[in-house]
Amino acid sequence: MRLGRVTGKLWSTARIAQHAGKRYLIVQPIDTDGNGHGSTLVCLDAIGAGPGDVIYWARGKEASLAFYPEIVSSDATVIGIVDQIANEVV
Amino acid sequence: MILARVVGTVVATRKDPRLEGQKLLIVQTVSPQGEPKASSYVIAVDTVGAGVNDTVITVSGSSARMAEGLKESPVDTAVVGIVDQIDMDADHATASPRKNKGK
Repeated sequence: MRLGRVTGKLWSTARIAQHAGKRYLIVQPIDTDGNGHGSTLVCLDAIGAGPGDVIYWARGKEASLAFYPEIVSSDATVIGIVDQIANEVV
Repeated sequence: MILARVVGTVVATRKDPRLEGQKLLIVQTVSPQGEPKASSYVIAVDTVGAGVNDTVITVSGSSARMAEGLKESPVDTAVVGIVDQIDMDADHATASPRKNKGK
C-alpha cells in the first residue's frame, strides 16, 4: 500500500459495468512528510474518501479485491483514510 | 488507473484469437490538467466505445483482465471509462505533480 492525498474527483458516464455506482478520485502519491512524490493517478474509492484526505491505496491486482466478493477491474483503489502518521526515524 | 487521451487506433489482422472483435486504441498519458506526458504511448483494449480525442481512464497489469470480456485474454492495458469532468481541489487546480514536490 502507498500513501496519497486526494486532490480531486472525476466523473465518467461511459464506464464498464463493474464500476457502476463507484466513485473515482484523483490521487497524488505523497511521502511521509506530505510532499508530492510521483505522478497523479485515478483511484476507485472503496472507503468514502474525499478531496483533501490523506489516504492509503492498494495497487496492482490486489486493488481489484477491495470490493470482495465483487471483483472489479482496478489497478489502484483507495482502501483507508489516514488519521495520523508517526514517523519515528528521523 | 491512469488518465490518458486517445490519439489513434491500431488495426491488426494477425493476432491472438482471444483479441478478435476487440478495438485497439493508442493512448497517451495526460495529467488531470490535460498536459500530455512525452513518450508515454501504449496500446489499450477498448471496453467502453472510446474514440480519438476522448480523455479516458486506463487500467494496467493483470487488473485489466478483470474487465468484462477480457478474462483469459493476453491484455495488459484496458480503457474502462470515458472522462466527463474532473474537479480539482483549489490547491491543485493548476499545479502539475512535479511542481508540488517539496511544497
